[in-house]
Amino acid sequence: MEKLPFYHALKVVENVCIGCTHCMNVCPTKAIRVKSGIADINKNACVDCGECLKACPVNAIIVEQDDFNQIFSFKQRVALLPTVLLGQFPDEITEEQIYSVIKEMGFTHVFEVDEAVDLLIEGTKEYMRRHPQMRPFISSFCPAIVRLIQVRFPSLVENIVRLKPVVDISSQFYRKKLIDEGFNNDEIGIFYITPCAAKIAAVKSPVGEEELLIDGVINMDFIYNKVMLSIKKGSSDKNTVSNYRHLSKTSIEWTLTNGEASQYSRRCLAIDEIHNVIAFLDKLENEEITDVDFLELRACDRSCAGGVLSTENRFLAVERLSKRANKDIKKQKETEEMYDTYRPYLLNNMAISEIEPRSILSLDSDMMIAMDKMKKIQRIMRVLPGIDCGACGAPKCKVLAEDIVQGKAKMTQCVFLQKMLTKEELISPQESFDISESTWGKGRFEKKSLKG
Amino acid sequence: MDFKFDIEGGNFSNAGTASSDVKKVLKKLNVDPKLIKRIVVSIYEAEVNVVAHAYEGEMNVSIFPDKIIVRIVDKGPGIADIELAMQKGYSTASPEVREMGFGAGMGLPNIKKNTNELNIKSTVGVGTEVELINYLN
Repeated sequence: MEKLPFYHALKVVENVCIGCTHCMNVCPTKAIRVKSGIADINKNACVDCGECLKACPVNAIIVEQDDFNQIFSFKQRVALLPTVLLGQFPDEITEEQIYSVIKEMGFTHVFEVDEAVDLLIEGTKEYMRRHPQMRPFISSFCPAIVRLIQVRFPSLVENIVRLKPVVDISSQFYRKKLIDEGFNNDEIGIFYITPCAAKIAAVKSPVGEEELLIDGVINMDFIYNKVMLSIKKGSSDKNTVSNYRHLSKTSIEWTLTNGEASQYSRRCLAIDEIHNVIAFLDKLENEEITDVDFLELRACDRSCAGGVLSTENRFLAVERLSKRANKDIKKQKETEEMYDTYRPYLLNNMAISEIEPRSILSLDSDMMIAMDKMKKIQRIMRVLPGIDCGACGAPKCKVLAEDIVQGKAKMTQCVFLQKMLTKEELISPQESFDISESTWGKGRFEKKSLKG
Repeated sequence: MDFKFDIEGGNFSNAGTASSDVKKVLKKLNVDPKLIKRIVVSIYEAEVNVVAHAYEGEMNVSIFPDKIIVRIVDKGPGIADIELAMQKGYSTASPEVREMGFGAGMGLPNIKKNTNELNIKSTVGVGTEVELINYLN
């Protein structure tokens, strides 16, 4: 069954990529190969976690974003901010200032996504009460984790809580509110400022959701630069009315580690960083871990504070957000009333449909063919060196063996085999060189060894 | 198609590695995720049994077009009364083993619940052979 490739926000800039294999080696789903000296991402396996971007030494992997000026094609322009954005700035810049500058950029409304968290908690509690058989409940918060489970842990897909993430609830809320204020649906543009690539992918091709709830996505580092520039230049108009509202502690801490797990009763665990999550899910899948009620799983270290588009050091961002969360300010009454009005509507529209497993692991849909392929892999493994050097353009010998069996690579890509075959005069030195050149590109050999 | 994995008696820190390796193989073979889960849950129980009770053992997996057979063979004390061992809550595990969270007496009953066919052969003082058969569809 061939599934349509998913939208991915991570892109390799070909003329910047030096084909160095760093990204290939850190990818948790083994989605990257080096071909002709350039990293190539397999769309079916990529979960948009951003590990490759973090590992790239030359910034050749970027998060593609929508053109900012597209916001002006809407009369009502709503900016949905993630709370981690406010953790990016030094203490002396106030939340009010940040709001004002974002408004000056051209938005008519500025809201924080996590204002709607209380509703999601209410919805989640109800969901857990109604579906006791789906225990342990896995949060749908982190889109990279949802995709990771789809591709690597298909048997756990049904444990994912089938409720919208908070950004979608907020988007629905503001759209409905503006419509009730008399605006047409197509006049309203809702833009999410994202701290990560996975959220972009989730917005562009949502999982378990039929319609797009958000009109565009803007990268958080872009907004950060604009705000810093404006404040440093002192060009911010002091008269801009900011509609800044203080959020509850629960809302501010929601996107940080333990933000969700601390909200539910019984045994709840919070795990961050994708390799930690994989190790845990492996055990959970074997039922080596049982008797857990709720799992908050996030791909980045320190959750969204460690998102690939955050600019501040993640520990400092967490510190600032914690300070903000613990300010003794009561949630504004106005906010509460506003949400009360829309509570039934939002709770009724919170469900998402079934999340489909789309395993990347199976060698073939036919088990007999898969078995044949596995036998071939075992044979190939006997002749590969097993040192996982990556010089063939695949992250591990085992991965190369699988690629060979799947017709995506050749035995001779292995440099050890090339040497053996050359020695035994089965291929000429020129042929061996040509093979290496097709993996690493022509320029690589000129640049490094001859000119250097 | 056959696979063999070794199990080390008494080494709880490694308990589960053989089951995890089998899981990886079954995923590659496109076995239904629900069946994989049932098989892995039951062979994990059997693997822990070897770790908890025996000196050493091995897990042999044979995959056929219509069924998957897992044989867990160990050298160990054996089971004196298999029928008794099949009862929920019955356990001969030492207090140390129980302290580590194992030995609740649910092993064999859990295996039975998750398998189409379960055969146990055992000789006291020699060892035990547990055979799990699961049919594909």
